[in-house]
Amino acid sequence: MSLTTFIQHILTGVSLGGAYALIAIGYTLVYGILLLINFAHSDIFMMAGYFMIFAMATMPWPIAIPVVIVATVILGVLIEKAAYKPLRSAPRMSIMISSIGVSYLLQNLATYLFSALPKGYPTIAPLKKVFQLGPVSASLVTFLTPVLTLILVFILMYLINHTKLGMAMRAVSKDYDTSKLMGIKINQIISLTFVIGSTMAAIGSILYFTDRMSVTPFSGTLPGLKCFVAAVLGGIGSVPGAVLGGFIIGISETFLTALGYSTYSDAFTFMLLILILIFRPTGLIGETVTDKV
Amino acid sequence: MKLNNKKTYPMLSIAALVVLAVLLILLEINKNTFGMAVSILQKSAILAIVAVSMNLLNGFTGLFSLGQAGFMAIGAYVTAIFSIPTETIDSVYYTGGLAPWLKAMKVGLDVLPGFLQISLGILAGGLVAAVFAALIGIPVLRLKSDYLAIATLGFSEIIRAIISSPQMDKITNGSYGLKNIPGFALGLDFLPAGIGTLLVPFSVAGLCIGFMVLVIRSSYGRAFMAIREDGVAAEAMGINLLKHKEISFIISSFFTAVAGGLLAMFMRSIEARTFQITLTYDILLIVVIGGLGSITGSILSAFLVTAAKEWWLRFFDTPLVIGGVTIPLFRTGFRMVIFSLLLMLVVLFFRRGLMGNREFAWADLLSWPRNLSKKASSGPKTGKGGKKND
Repeated sequence: MSLTTFIQHILTGVSLGGAYALIAIGYTLVYGILLLINFAHSDIFMMAGYFMIFAMATMPWPIAIPVVIVATVILGVLIEKAAYKPLRSAPRMSIMISSIGVSYLLQNLATYLFSALPKGYPTIAPLKKVFQLGPVSASLVTFLTPVLTLILVFILMYLINHTKLGMAMRAVSKDYDTSKLMGIKINQIISLTFVIGSTMAAIGSILYFTDRMSVTPFSGTLPGLKCFVAAVLGGIGSVPGAVLGGFIIGISETFLTALGYSTYSDAFTFMLLILILIFRPTGLIGETVTDKV
Repeated sequence: MKLNNKKTYPMLSIAALVVLAVLLILLEINKNTFGMAVSILQKSAILAIVAVSMNLLNGFTGLFSLGQAGFMAIGAYVTAIFSIPTETIDSVYYTGGLAPWLKAMKVGLDVLPGFLQISLGILAGGLVAAVFAALIGIPVLRLKSDYLAIATLGFSEIIRAIISSPQMDKITNGSYGLKNIPGFALGLDFLPAGIGTLLVPFSVAGLCIGFMVLVIRSSYGRAFMAIREDGVAAEAMGINLLKHKEISFIISSFFTAVAGGLLAMFMRSIEARTFQITLTYDILLIVVIGGLGSITGSILSAFLVTAAKEWWLRFFDTPLVIGGVTIPLFRTGFRMVIFSLLLMLVVLFFRRGLMGNREFAWADLLSWPRNLSKKASSGPKTGKGGKKND
């Protein structure tokens, strides 16, 4: 592998990792607060892809993007209110089964509404513009994804660490019952978590699908699982952890594919998950107080 | 006639079994007229095995595993390799050819009658899956609840990736999948050809489920339930946690793979894509609808869900015309939307499923009309309380 192709793969990997990181944030935030693997998150991401297809059919992209984000946020919050809120006091497994049910519903709904055939993803012209940096060439989206990811993460970190809402979020994730007693409106905080998660998923979906060109009702499943692995890898509940995990998985997947082991790249991701769960269940930069595994 | 005499219950069970057997034989003879019903019953029986074995793990041992599709894939592929006739196997592996050692094994096995070869295949599928489960279980079963779920899900994806990888071309035919798998038939000379369409899946299902019921009723089963209720307390009582979790995982995987083998025979052709996560979800939902921790619930729900999905809700998929006006919603895929909505209703509002964690009993059924009127007057009966699921 020459240096040029190496740099090319690093670029692709970092770009893929950025998209993964944005989706992983959704998993990590929800897990931090509800202790729930939100299986429906991958389908929210998939639905955002379809929203974009329909938005771009009638609007120019600068309007379509905010519309897609708002639609995705509404979907995410709606799911939380309808499927998770009634189960607040139920055993954890019930909520998880409910999230699997929602994922099943969204996939069937998408198959019904948009058919199971792949639908072409619209091209956002400026994102597809190819740049040449010395011998390496890549489209703008490849450069933009990691930068945008980092900017969003910094905003999110500021929100979590330096605002009152963020403090409330941290309180809820530390101790659900006590924070309720302290007057924090739990339901609002949980909704806020889903708003943030869905926003990130919508942006991630735009960046991810711009490189993939097509959406099917099942195209969310595997990236979703990988992003959950990314969240666990970095340390579930931690936003920087999710980002780190996303980049690690994105880069290693790209290199495995480049070396000709594309069928094993998924398997590798899950091996990574099992190894990290056995040797360092709190993740690479997770807190060490968890009693979850 | 007084029916609440305890001695009549075994007689009732035997009578029910006889009626069932007669019905099955009648259907078996007239299978050409009732093609739809026959294929639904076949599929239901197969799913009932998986549902019960998933329930053994999730409902009775409290291990939330989502690896079913992977173990079914192992069972299906091993059974398929054993049962595809040796004469046609080269046409199945037309790209890379079958690995020489497998070919030699198949030629060697040809001395046995076809029926035995297939049985051997199903058994081998179960054993391979059991070995895999034992190996996977050592690291994975230390994990708890949702981490276990995601790790087993991961393993099922790894198995699928390995099956479809080009390196396995000579064994699993890579992404082309396997075809020419013989369907259900006893293939015994003294019986008319084609007999066994229903008898084979039902008798295998009966055997498997019967065995699992025996396990659950044994001291092992009680240990499983103790682990489910409270792992620490169970350990304090001298139950070896890892050992019992392993046993439960291995038994469950064995029967899941057996059902996978039957599924391969039901579908006649398989590919790695058949065994995606969706398959696991389908089974999980059957178990949840039946009630986590109820064997009879799982069996009942396997039949109800399959029939509803493939048959009763079928009309949602065809355009509906009332008085010359076409109702716009009815088209392909609507059935699954309705089905998933029903399912969400069960998950949200009837969390205990059809049977909760109780089992079917004649006494309940016979006193049901009376209880119903009693219940109506005294308000809803409180359940046994939700299972503790950490």
